[in-house]
This record gives sequence, structure tokens and C-alpha cells, in this order.
Amino acid sequence: MLRICQGVLLSGVQVVLKIIKHYQEEGQGTEVVQGVLLGLVVEDRLEITNCFPFPQHTEDDADFDEVQYQMEMMRSLRHVNIDHLHVGWYQSTYYGSFVTRALLDSQFSYQHAIEESVVLIYDPIKTAQGSLSLKAYRLTPKLMEVCKEKDFSPEALKKGNITFEHMFEEVPIVIKNSHLINVLMWELEKKSAVADKHELLSLASSNHLGKNLQLLMDRVDEMSQDIVKYNTYMRNTSKQQQQKHQYQQRRQQENMQRQSRGEPPLPEEDLSKLFKPPQPPARMDSLLIAGQINTYCQNIKEFTAQNLGKLFMAQALQEYNN
Amino acid sequence: MATPTVPASAPPAAPAPATAAAPASASAPAPASPTAPAPAQTPAQSLPGPALPGPFPGGRVVRLHPVILASIVDSYERRNEGAARVIGTLLGTVDKHSVEVTNCFSVPHNESEDEVAVDMEFAKNMYELHKKVSPNELILGWYATGHDITEHSVLIHEYYSREAPNPIHLTVDTSLQNGRMSIKAYVSTLMGVPGRTMGVMFTPLTVKYAYYDTERIGVDLIMKTCFSPNRVIGLSSDLQQVGGASARIQDALSTVLQYAEDVLSGKVSADNTVGRFLMSLVNQVPKIVPDDFETMLNSNINDLLMVTYLANLTQSQIALNEKLVNL
Repeated sequence: MLRICQGVLLSGVQVVLKIIKHYQEEGQGTEVVQGVLLGLVVEDRLEITNCFPFPQHTEDDADFDEVQYQMEMMRSLRHVNIDHLHVGWYQSTYYGSFVTRALLDSQFSYQHAIEESVVLIYDPIKTAQGSLSLKAYRLTPKLMEVCKEKDFSPEALKKGNITFEHMFEEVPIVIKNSHLINVLMWELEKKSAVADKHELLSLASSNHLGKNLQLLMDRVDEMSQDIVKYNTYMRNTSKQQQQKHQYQQRRQQENMQRQSRGEPPLPEEDLSKLFKPPQPPARMDSLLIAGQINTYCQNIKEFTAQNLGKLFMAQALQEYNN
Repeated sequence: MATPTVPASAPPAAPAPATAAAPASASAPAPASPTAPAPAQTPAQSLPGPALPGPFPGGRVVRLHPVILASIVDSYERRNEGAARVIGTLLGTVDKHSVEVTNCFSVPHNESEDEVAVDMEFAKNMYELHKKVSPNELILGWYATGHDITEHSVLIHEYYSREAPNPIHLTVDTSLQNGRMSIKAYVSTLMGVPGRTMGVMFTPLTVKYAYYDTERIGVDLIMKTCFSPNRVIGLSSDLQQVGGASARIQDALSTVLQYAEDVLSGKVSADNTVGRFLMSLVNQVPKIVPDDFETMLNSNINDLLMVTYLANLTQSQIALNEKLVNL
């Protein structure tokens, strides 16, 4: 049966460091870097103990076999006693835009195979601003049901009662280290210089905010187009209803006239063949857009909260100075 | 597991086998370090350095990323029963001034009193796989846990010198001798009387830690587990992070204050450079006319509040849209 996953345990400093390093070395701009997470399931928690990166798709590498690469990697890792159980995957994101169809499909196939799998979203830009941004998401059971049916029509979605807030659920992450790693950390702390960049307290934030808002505006535009489409659909359906109604009435009138004249009534024609109902627009895309807008808004709110705090601190410092 | 290995038996006598010298000398012709372009009148250029087996590429500094050490410790924790140590390959890039080690993977091996077997097939395969992801990484050397360099190390080093010019050997002391985990790097040099059998000596190199910015932030977060009782931390959010960062700065400031007090009370002698730093620190808070500052502060706060309002508005709009569509 479905085991509800309570949390994700990242036991292994190296998962975090490897993901960071992978993006740093191989990711540029808006391209995403991806990789596979390895680990095991312990009671109601998912433990992630290792990961390995996926090479990026290049056009000149047409014969590259992803599955083979994965199999080779896992086999080799098994030789050195590393957990080789596939438990999820990770992806980097650009300013928080990760709610896409591709992600949904991949996560669905993973979750279908392994119930507890998660997707780790790493936000490098937010991390560079001062705090590690790593989140784990899974699809809600309701969404899983809908995806299984492969039926994205409005009726199915309404039946499932899915709103954009219930598409992904966030799973809390906890980082745990072994004692030996703790010793290593103490060593590193002694040997490395104090961090001289306090990015988190920097007040110059308008650039970041600007980009976020730009992306939000794009999404809202898409959303409004979607709404326009939906409205035209509704209007078309109601117009069609009216036409059907009129046709039926005319038919009845004619039939009554014919009866009064003693002629056989005209056969009832199949209304649905005459009036083809218009196609309802796909609801999945607009759900995804709504979800994405929601994520953007959350990010923005978090960001502004932090900045307000920083501004008040600067004010206090200035007052003291005067 | 059937490992196609090359069993190499270490000679019982202590001095390192002479065979180590052979592949080393094959790469002997030392390309001299780029000497400065000689102006027209200068006499002959200076001779190149002593006949090392190929110059050590990039001076004597090895820059390590913390991800390497974490992987090494992790593979040590997962070693097979009865294995005293683990070994593996180091990957990275070579630069004019230093060697930067950015990745590693462990290689299965068997070690006993008089025999060492390393799975070379495996090492080659893994390197191929890694190259697919990061084509810039080269084999730089190898690592081993444990605090000593044994005879077997010499043999393994010889194998690696076939893969890379002048490989680096890294030891991570997981047995915690002297209560510390010492991390050392070595490169092999020839020693002995010229003309006779040459021995091999491992000379130490300086190890520095290199971080990307984001790596630094990740490591800072992870270091916090040192302080929590069951070694567990969660990822904090929002204002907590700002609070944490300001707490750190407060700590740093109190250390500085303590130093200043000590100097004033005569416990510590005053140091001029530190004094100059202190002065620049105090002067860094900019002196702005209060009214100007008020206007700046208010406009910034207004911007942020407006953005928060818009974000909330957007969220309620899409929620409303959702409800309407589902009617």
C-alpha cells in the first residue's frame, strides 16, 4: 500500500556537495543539469546516500544511450558498496521555474516505479545569495491517479478535485552526518579561511527581484491567454446550446404543422451529429501555469520578507551612528 | 567478485623496487619551465631544474574541494569487511600554478601481507563514465585512507604513473592518529646515488582548500551538524537565515571587541595593521544625512511592500480563477 513518506534524510554531505559542484561546472544560464539520486527507504523516511550526474543532451551525441550509462554507473557503484537503489532524481532550476510538463512526466514515471521517489530541486541562484536552497517534491496521490488514467480532460480533473496547490507536495529535508564526517568538518573549519563574503546580508537586491518579476509577468500573460481561450470555449458552448434549442423548437413546430396537415412527422435527427460540441481546452497546462505562478509568488514573498528585515537592520545601524 | 587484477607482489626487502624508476625515467626529459624571453645580449639561459621525473605540473600546491574529502570518508565507511583501507582515483584539472582536484571515485582493491591487487578494468570504466559528464577532468593521481605510506602504496603509485604524468598521492588519516584527521598530499621523487639503483621517495606538497561560492555556503550549512546533538539539521527559511547570518557577524564583532579591550588593558601588544583594519571597519558604516537616508529607506520599503502586495494579489487571482473554472 502507499506508504506516506514523512521526510527525506540526506545522509551524506557529498550528495549536497556533488549537486552543487555539478551545477557549478556544467550548468550555464538557463540550462538545467540533472542527475540520479541513490539511497534506500527506511521505515517512513527516504534516505539519500549518494548521487551521480547525468551528461547533458547534445545534438551530436545522438547515439548516446542514457539507460546504458545509468546501468553501468549503478553496477560500478555496487562494487564499491554504494547503495545502488534508484530513489529519485535532482534538477537545477532557473529562478524557480520548474513546474513544467517534462518534470511532471518524469516524476510520474519515477513515482510509478518507486513509490517514495522525490525530485530534488536545487536553486543555484538563490544559494549564491547566501542560503542553500534545496527542496524535495513529490506528486500528490490525487495527481498520481489522474496521471495514471492519462485523462486530462476537465471532467476528470474536476472529479479529482485538483487545484494548483495540490499538485506537488513538499517533503521536509533533514541533513544528517556520520561522526567521521563531523571530524572532517572540524578539520576543514580549522584549515579554511573565514568566509569573507556575507552574501546573505547584502542589500543590493533589485536585480534579482526584477528578474523574478519578469518571469512572473510572462507567466501571467500566458495565464491570461489561457483564460481567454477558456472564455471563448464557454461562449461557443452556450451559443451552441442556444442553436440546438432553436433547432429543436423549429422541429417541433414543423412537426405540429405537419400533423395538423396530416403528413407524417419528420424523423428526429440526431442533434449531436448536427452540432458538434466544441473541444474543451486542455486543463493540464493551465494547472501547471497556475502552479508555477504560485511558486514564483512564494519565492518573491520570501525574498521581500528577508529584505525588509535587512533594511530595518540598516536603519537601526544608521540611527545608532547618528 | 571476479576482479581481473594484476597481482603485484611486493619484494620483502625494504627499499622500493627499482622498477618504479623505469617508467618514471621514461618521462624524464623535463621540459624546462617557460624561461623568460631573453633580451638580445644575454648570455646562455639557466639550466633547467634537477632531473625530476617530469616537472611537477604547477608548482607545489594542491587545491582540494571538500566534496573529495566527503566522498573519501564515505567510501571508507562503506569498505568491505577486513579491508584496512580504501583507495581510489583522483580527477581534476591542471593549471599553470596549481593542481585542482575536483572529483574522485573509489576503486575496489585487495590487500594482504605480501600482495596487492587493484581492479584496473573498473578504474578505466569509471573514468570513461565520468568523462561523459565532465570531459575536462583528467586523472591526477590516487588517494588512500590510513596514516602511513606502505610498500604497497609504491606499487599502486607506479600503476597510476602510467595513467597520468607525475601522479599525486593523497592520504586521509581516518584512523585519527594524534586525535586529528590529517590530510596530506605527496608526489614521488627519485632519490639515491646517481648511477646506481634509484629509490623513490614521497615528498609532501601543500594542500589548500578551494571552494566555489555556492560550495562554501553548502559547507557552512553542513558544518552546523557538528553542534546539534543527534547530528541532524533541517533547512531553515526566511528570516531565520537573516537572523543566523547576523548572529555570525555579531560573533565576529565580539571577537574584535575582545581584542580591542585586551589591547587597551595592556594584555596584548598593539599591532598596527590590525589597528588599521579596525579603523576601516568602523568607517565603513556610511555617513549619510538622516533625511536622505529616510527617503532611501522609505522608497525601498515601499518597493518591497508593493511587490508583496502584487504577489498576494496574483495568488488570490489564480485561486479565484481555479474556483470559477471548476464550477
